[in-house]
Amino acid sequence: MLSLIGQRLKTTIPSVIGVIIVTFLLTRVLPGDTAAYFAGPAATPQAIAEIRSKLGLDQPLPVQFVSYVSALVKGDLGTSLTTGQAVTADLAQRLPASAELTLLGLLISMAIALPLGVLAAVRQGSWIDHLCRIVATAGVSLPVFFTGLLLVYVFYFILGWAPAPLGRLDAFLSEPPRVTGLLLVDSLVAGDGETFRAALSQILLPAVTLAIFSLAPITRMTRASMLAVLGADFVRTARASGLSSRKVIGTYAFRNAMLPVVTTLGMVFSFLLGANVLVEKVFAWPGVGSYAVEALLASDYAPIQGFVLTMAILYVALNLLIDILYGVIDPRVRMEG
Amino acid sequence: MGITRRAALAGGLSAPFLMSGRAGAQAPSRSETLLLVQEYGPNSLDMQGIGSSQPVNGVALNCYDRLLRFKPVPIPGGGGNQVSMGELEGELAESWQIASDGMSCTFKLRDAKFHSGRKVTAKDVKWSLDRAVTIGGFATTQMNAGSLEKPEQFVVVDDKTFRIDFIRKDKLTMPNLAVTIPFVFDSELAIKNSGGDPLAKEWLKNNVAGSGAFKVESWKPGVETIYVRNDDWACGPLPKLRRVIARDIASPSTRRALIERGDADISYGLPPKDFKDLADGGKINVVGVPIPNGVWGLYLNSQVGPFKDVRLRQAVAWVLPYEKMLQASLFGRGVDMSGGPETPKPAWPTPFPYKTNVEKAKALVAAAGGGFSTTLQFDAGNATVAEPMSVLIKEALASIGIEVEITKVPGANFRTEIAKKTNPMTLNRFAGWLDYPDYYLFWTMHGNNSIFNIANYQNPDLDKLIDAARFTTDKAAYEKYVVDFVSLVEREVPMIPISQPTHDVAMQKSIGGYQFQPCREPDFRYLTKGA
Repeated sequence: MLSLIGQRLKTTIPSVIGVIIVTFLLTRVLPGDTAAYFAGPAATPQAIAEIRSKLGLDQPLPVQFVSYVSALVKGDLGTSLTTGQAVTADLAQRLPASAELTLLGLLISMAIALPLGVLAAVRQGSWIDHLCRIVATAGVSLPVFFTGLLLVYVFYFILGWAPAPLGRLDAFLSEPPRVTGLLLVDSLVAGDGETFRAALSQILLPAVTLAIFSLAPITRMTRASMLAVLGADFVRTARASGLSSRKVIGTYAFRNAMLPVVTTLGMVFSFLLGANVLVEKVFAWPGVGSYAVEALLASDYAPIQGFVLTMAILYVALNLLIDILYGVIDPRVRMEG
Repeated sequence: MGITRRAALAGGLSAPFLMSGRAGAQAPSRSETLLLVQEYGPNSLDMQGIGSSQPVNGVALNCYDRLLRFKPVPIPGGGGNQVSMGELEGELAESWQIASDGMSCTFKLRDAKFHSGRKVTAKDVKWSLDRAVTIGGFATTQMNAGSLEKPEQFVVVDDKTFRIDFIRKDKLTMPNLAVTIPFVFDSELAIKNSGGDPLAKEWLKNNVAGSGAFKVESWKPGVETIYVRNDDWACGPLPKLRRVIARDIASPSTRRALIERGDADISYGLPPKDFKDLADGGKINVVGVPIPNGVWGLYLNSQVGPFKDVRLRQAVAWVLPYEKMLQASLFGRGVDMSGGPETPKPAWPTPFPYKTNVEKAKALVAAAGGGFSTTLQFDAGNATVAEPMSVLIKEALASIGIEVEITKVPGANFRTEIAKKTNPMTLNRFAGWLDYPDYYLFWTMHGNNSIFNIANYQNPDLDKLIDAARFTTDKAAYEKYVVDFVSLVEREVPMIPISQPTHDVAMQKSIGGYQFQPCREPDFRYLTKGA
């Protein structure tokens, strides 16, 4: 197992190096002049030039790259001009917020999508299959910001069940002591029931928004993969051997159908983590997606590079995790590794 | 079976909502705390620092003191106070006296204390003003606009007496001491923590070292800023609010929902349509102040491209649908800038004599050689207002044979684009902090060609009038210069004023004491929150 992880890690090194180079170059070719933007209104050309040299933007590209990489080796991702803070600090602050939201969204989504997909495959053509189709189509065709605004409108504005969409915690409560950065976990660790409830009520609507969006790929993938497996020889053999339907579907078919589903889950998770900008905007969620987009609008290089790099590393880690999961689900994969 | 399970699940999901609602209502701190929602918050705590964003003005305003401040005067339409540029009152200064030759001013300081407990001395004032004129970037430019240029101008007479020597007589010098740049730092505290930097830039970016009415209790960039009252504030009546939470909420729809549901006390920066709806709804107070010295204008490049020909610039001014633009883009939250008198009043912004007259415009285009195609650009960050406006411009110009292609330029790129000064038409809003006509034209139409002279307008006659107006001390002569240069730009129209927008703020009915400041950030020192 360890050698498998080592080998996998080795293959990811070139892609990480590639990501570093590409993001560096991409941010430099973006139109827009960071120095002119941050010199603010009424800036003189001298003021702009001063800022440019302070940021090192007057240096030739290779020099800028070397200083970027040498800082990177020391774990320094630079300073964001939009928040005025170190990028590592910003990301450390915001990544848990995004991760918590995405994880909960994915959990809700899985709790609905997996049973729904399995049932749809087992009772192909029944009403549950149609329901599955409707859910999948609706989930894909409703843009997240629309679902988000709709949920806010119904549950907060009209019904008043949900708390004000003010971010991760009510404005009048303070955060629990930081352990993991996930408020739900931290408040439980601190044994603070009130904060836990408050954090949960804040996170539910955005998490449900994300869940609705990610329902579609997971349901469809589960259904398709279950269908393929249910038609396979070993399932027929199992049925012919007189095993109960529950045992056939639950133990044999489902486990075999999980491989493509796990892959999809990985994809959906990494996609959601970076791409839920709109949900973050609607619910004022202080996550990494909106952070990166704001930096992009201001041509603020350091956060963009930091964001892309973090995402790349997360993606690599996630893929590794999925590879390992494959081995757990299907022993044949383990042998090949 | 399935349905009951789902129902049970839904019940479970909604339970935490209900519980938190109850818990929230019992929390005692809500009545003493103001909750403000805004699009984005400060990126620094030091307004003098390079690259500080607009909301940092609010930190400077509430957490630091200046020598002087603008005097509050009632907003004509009611709803609170705005400021009077010409009238100043002392903030850190107990009194001040301009020398008989008019070339210096001596300030007597109040007995005020910094948040650290140390007394405010003239030495701190000098350190802070020296810093503002040497730090570079926006702060230094703003200081220079009031002829505050060199550290030698700032003199410590004794611990409680401070003098500013003028390098020229400039009517902007005194009001410029009341804007959010020349505020006073606790210089000892700043130097102690500076880590060797004589201006303590890094430390002051993340820490407040002031004497102002509020302290920053916590600051999470991009999330929230929490202010608490400084109970020892000496420079004015003690603020009524004990605590202010400013949350950054990017989505305007969410900000509107929060104010309408009553969860937020004040909402800044909504789209004009939302302000109009809230004002019409009547449940929320909307206070609008026409932004002093601010106007949406269409800049026509006078050096490059078709609009070199003054007849074409006039043609555009004659064809714009001013009233429709005000309604469709600002939803009436502004003042129309068309149909003014032949001889302008000595004021800015002021309506130009143009109004929609297609026949006149057609004749001017025909005289200049007929129709053509051109481009119009605006900052994508202003799209809420600029987009409908530019579509109406495109439509109107098509009727006189001018084809317009609209380009939306992303924020970071817009400065670069206007600095090139090659685009034929640019739609932009510019507002000057100091409310003087010559100040506005100095930035937008003077031959010094600052970045905001987007029309690239060059006219030595205009420069002479602007400069003369800026440095004259005779009121009658000043008004004559203003009328002369406004008449000149009305004929030449390098920029067509469209509407003077209002600065709107939505507040719960329980909120009182609204104070508009030229920096357009909320002033917590005057606000009150009723039961």
